[in-house]
Amino acid sequence: MKSLAELKKIREEAASKINLRTAKDGYRVVVGMATCGITAGARPVLAAFVDQVAAKNLDNVTVTQVGCLGECALEPVVEVFDAQGNRTTYAEVHVADVETIIEQHIIGGNVVTEKTLEVIKAAK
Amino acid sequence: MLVRAQVLVCGGTGCLSSKSKQIKEAFEENVKALGLDNEIQIIQTGCFGLCERGPIVIVYPDQTFYSHVAIDDVAKICSEHLLKGRIYEPKAYKEATEEELAKIKSFGEVGFYNKQLRIALRNCGMINPFDINEAIGRNAYQALGKCLTEYTPEQVIDIMKKAGLRGRGGGGFPTGLKWELCAKNQADQKYVICNADEGDPGAFMDRSVLEGDPHSVIEAMAIAGYAIGATMGYVYIRAEYPVAVERLQYAIEQAREYGLLGKDIFGSGFDFDIDIRLGAGAFVCGEETALIASIEGERGMPRNKPPFPAQKGLWGKPSIINNVETLANVPVIILNGWEWFSSIGTEKSKGTKVFALGGKIKNTGLVEIPMGTTLREVIYDIGGGCPNGKAFKAVQTGGPSGGCLTAKHLDTPIDYDNLIALGSMMGSGGMIVMDENNCMVDVARFFLDFTVDESCGKCTPCREGTKRMLEILKKITKGEGTMEDLTTLENLALMIKDASLCGLGQSAPNPVLSTLANFRDEYVAHVVDKKCPAGVCKPLLTFVVTDQCIGCTKCKRNCPADAISGELRQQHFIDPAKCIKCGSCVKGCPKNAIVVQ
Repeated sequence: MKSLAELKKIREEAASKINLRTAKDGYRVVVGMATCGITAGARPVLAAFVDQVAAKNLDNVTVTQVGCLGECALEPVVEVFDAQGNRTTYAEVHVADVETIIEQHIIGGNVVTEKTLEVIKAAK
Repeated sequence: MLVRAQVLVCGGTGCLSSKSKQIKEAFEENVKALGLDNEIQIIQTGCFGLCERGPIVIVYPDQTFYSHVAIDDVAKICSEHLLKGRIYEPKAYKEATEEELAKIKSFGEVGFYNKQLRIALRNCGMINPFDINEAIGRNAYQALGKCLTEYTPEQVIDIMKKAGLRGRGGGGFPTGLKWELCAKNQADQKYVICNADEGDPGAFMDRSVLEGDPHSVIEAMAIAGYAIGATMGYVYIRAEYPVAVERLQYAIEQAREYGLLGKDIFGSGFDFDIDIRLGAGAFVCGEETALIASIEGERGMPRNKPPFPAQKGLWGKPSIINNVETLANVPVIILNGWEWFSSIGTEKSKGTKVFALGGKIKNTGLVEIPMGTTLREVIYDIGGGCPNGKAFKAVQTGGPSGGCLTAKHLDTPIDYDNLIALGSMMGSGGMIVMDENNCMVDVARFFLDFTVDESCGKCTPCREGTKRMLEILKKITKGEGTMEDLTTLENLALMIKDASLCGLGQSAPNPVLSTLANFRDEYVAHVVDKKCPAGVCKPLLTFVVTDQCIGCTKCKRNCPADAISGELRQQHFIDPAKCIKCGSCVKGCPKNAIVVQ
């Protein structure tokens, strides 16, 4: 180790590895991953959230999975909680929708109304 | 897919002994079988502290806290939680208190942790001790870099002095002052020694730091070396800590590879390296001059001070000796500043202290609390109180050198000076809780048994005096003691304290003196009434069959001494002359008809 800059570089690389273990107070994205969710394609959706959150350096966002959310007909279901605990439920979320939700809701702060559970349910 | 979840499996000695290594391997197999091995990482860490509930597994980012995990649970946790996202409730941690029983807690909510302030243990249970990158990701070696590039050695010492850190090994000597005294002495070579000879029965904080975060100690030793002008450090650690030795050795090699140990660290021209010296586990080698003798290959015996190690230490050269926990505090003090550190704790005791909670307490384990926290908060709020609804009787702090404190001391804020004022001491941080079923005479006998064994024999008061004290205590626990014995015991104790050469002898009588002061009536009960109120000292017990007896003959058949007589369906009788007080009749009785008096 010849310089502090070298150490800093290692630290930054490693920090992203252990970032999962620090408590965060930003948005929390949960993907329903029970059998119904997985069958409807929740796994690639979860993967897309994890990848894009990392790619966009959103290090205050937690992406995690939960069991069945009870809307098995409208899976994959994704919920977004903001820092105050306000809950938005999205239904029929596919990989193509992930970027919109991240850009518009998590970065922009505006709910993607057309993908919310209420709107999709009302349309059926 | 990137890593979306990390499973941290505790790899402290406590959890390892309940198969946490196999649990980690089972996680790896199951995750692989489910095809999740690209997205879920299994990491073995150091100790999480809540050893009572081990083996412990934490799943991030959910922070789900699983306790008492067995190998058979792993498949379920993987298929339920890691695959389907449902917390596997049977093993999810629940608080020991009744009202909280139903609620599943995440790591951040567990009562055991949220009263703690983890400075020395900041990385224990957070990082993989075998991965230097994870340590660096949590700021390891930043402080060393800062010292070497921004501060002069004098400035480093000044920061340590202002921070007010005191030695965590027992004595409580100000660390900055220790460094300054050594730095002033000119010599061609100086040494930094890390004292990892943790000898108190039941204490394991230093082991946990070395197992969970070895880099913090390595970094601090290098900082100390820079401050006093030493280029070589030794870690003196007992061979009975194989896991800690292995991880420390590995960490030293990694640090060398990264150039964080060796020549010209950070291009500053400063050289420093560390070697490990294994001790054979003698308690007295925790005393600094005995420790130095042991490193030099001599018999581990203390010598007179002065000269102090800061003047003439290892191989006659100026040396400093710091305890593991003390060192673990150093890098954080440098990074966060002395103002931050000295704002924590009490007026004369700054920062935090790690305690190994043990004995009759629900949450056995390792806790780190700010100085000034009361004993009550540690024992009840963090430790959960005594199990099985038993009444709290005493707490022993400071191991064999400390004393017993009672319920009336519970609201005392813990710091060096308060504990000494009460006749105990901080020691290295053992904290053993006792309930109504502990006999205080027997406790004093236990600790004296230990010090008699561990006395090196160099000075007469300790070698002969502690042995005589132990004989008297054994006499009392057999019911053969006299009131005169109590006076002799007290006189001997004070004489040994005054006349012994080193800390071992000077503090060995403490358990006797403090129990005599706080529980004299128990001693008197043994001597005068020939009774042991707690029901521990066997020679003083009588076993009696009450009229609850249904005459099932079970006790008669079980008795190894043929001391029980009686006919079928009639009350039985124990012959006190034949009874060997083994207790097998009490354990076997279906009606709890046999009582101990």
